[in-house]
Amino acid sequence: MRRAFILLRRRLIGSIPVLLIVVIGTFLLLEAAPGDAVDAYIGTTGGDAGLIESLRQSWGLDQSAGTRLAAYLWSLAHLDLGYSVTFSRPIRDVIFERLPNTLLLMGSATALSFGLGSALGIVAGARPGSFRDRFLSIGSLALYAVPGFWLGLVLTVIFSVQLRWFPSSGIETIASGKTGFARTLDIAQHLALPVAALGVIYLALYLRIMRAGMAEVWRMDFVLAARAKGLSRRRIVLRHVARNALLPLVTMLGLQSAAMLGGSVVIESVFSVPGLGRLAQEAVSSRDTPLLLGIILVCAVMVIVINLVVDIFYAVLDPRVGASEEAA
Amino acid sequence: MSFFRRFSRSPEAVIGASILGVLVVMALFAPLLFPRDPLSIAGPALLRPFQDWSLPLGTDRLGRDVLAGLFHGARTSLAVGLASAATAIIIGTIVGTLAGFAGGLTDEALMRITDAFQTVPGFLLALAFVSVIGPSLFVVVLAIALGTWTGPARIARAEVLSIRERDYVASARVIGMHPLEIAFREVLPNALPPVLALSSVIVAAAILTEAALSFLGLGDPNRVTWGGMIAEGRTVLRSAPFLSIIPGIALVLTVLGVYLAGEGAVETTAVRRGRS
Repeated sequence: MRRAFILLRRRLIGSIPVLLIVVIGTFLLLEAAPGDAVDAYIGTTGGDAGLIESLRQSWGLDQSAGTRLAAYLWSLAHLDLGYSVTFSRPIRDVIFERLPNTLLLMGSATALSFGLGSALGIVAGARPGSFRDRFLSIGSLALYAVPGFWLGLVLTVIFSVQLRWFPSSGIETIASGKTGFARTLDIAQHLALPVAALGVIYLALYLRIMRAGMAEVWRMDFVLAARAKGLSRRRIVLRHVARNALLPLVTMLGLQSAAMLGGSVVIESVFSVPGLGRLAQEAVSSRDTPLLLGIILVCAVMVIVINLVVDIFYAVLDPRVGASEEAA
Repeated sequence: MSFFRRFSRSPEAVIGASILGVLVVMALFAPLLFPRDPLSIAGPALLRPFQDWSLPLGTDRLGRDVLAGLFHGARTSLAVGLASAATAIIIGTIVGTLAGFAGGLTDEALMRITDAFQTVPGFLLALAFVSVIGPSLFVVVLAIALGTWTGPARIARAEVLSIRERDYVASARVIGMHPLEIAFREVLPNALPPVLALSSVIVAAAILTEAALSFLGLGDPNRVTWGGMIAEGRTVLRSAPFLSIIPGIALVLTVLGVYLAGEGAVETTAVRRGRS
């Protein structure tokens, strides 16, 4: 446990400059956007030049870029992401309202791709070079070439339009009044297609890493020893080879989180899931740049936190990680 | 044995290269075969495929020729994919070489910037960039490159870290070459092969990102894109699913071709290096 804490402290300190760079980056993008917050506000309410002038003054928009960056950082430090003109609400509230849906979608899709991907990877890696292995490898490559949004549309055509098994949009039946288990079931039914569309594509990635890792482990001496001991093939594959090939997949879990978040933007738009990604698309179409940049910031923080959790998990799994720092 | 003969021995590589070949021909001859503006009306609306042989793949909601769109879309997909991959690799190798060769504070600063870019989902960054600056082909290329240059940068840096300790770098120092000249004329070319091995993955990702951007309506509005065609077909998904499915198949085949050909090329060169 002590190893994990040392690692945690080091990574937390390391993520501060990274986050600062992201904030400066979003500020620069905000500056590059045509028009400012006053323009957006006047666009919805109307007003004369005098009002515009006084609003600029009271919102501090007549200050220099450096002062405004400082003010931006100061408000972010207070978890204040600004005000969304489109929703007429603080950006923080809008984002936190949508966040659970995205987390649910991402979590389920990650579980699907990780679970099924590693299982198929074990099947492929159990006998490298076999027909099954070649079939799965090429099949996974083909899956990886599929654009997520298109897979979503194809799934909609098959399972929603033709077979009518699943609803094609939304996260739950509107105003159904369902509670408890019935509501959970309803949400699961709505999320089945988006989770499949998002998860199946990343499945290929885990399959390929698992297979490559197993091919590597097969050459190790301890596998030969296990074989010489007369262990059954099944036991060697599962307890010795697959187990040791699993570690790189855990690292991938963190690295893929950013790509997953990006992918969920499109998937949520296809299935009208009211999550962070759909919010990003709404922000783009209504030209609400502060909202869009707020989403980017929240996503960056999420990616950092997910990677942190994965690293700690990794340290718990592999006793070699961080052992040297503890001694130092 | 020559590169091509070994390359042609792998069936996957040959399939990949053939798909890419067909695609390049489609892109090059699109203006000759379909001289009309692919965004203009060519026939009755929502004509199904294989009904009228002058419009073999049918027409969309506004009566535009789907086959012409497919050919012209190949131009956009290939151009954006190659241009953004090239941009990402150029930015990445320059940053990686500078960071690895300079070391110290420069390295630290450049790598933190790389971390920051990796923390932000690349697709969201591209979305924000295009929506702030406005959709045009050039902006889309730059936006995609912004989200993908970090991979090449990390690999180039790792490679440069080992190269800079070699004897020829030391001798270049001794004869008084400027450090920047050493970095870019001696070190960078030697750090390039592992970065280039990644290029097929980058091109494929760039094509998929461009398609997703134009699917969300952020592509260049004056050009036909496969992503845009899929989005257009989505409005009539229930009655005419073929409008979304056909350009999607073209996308899948293209990306698969890039993967297969890239993997074949990397394996072929790896075998050659291992033997020599």
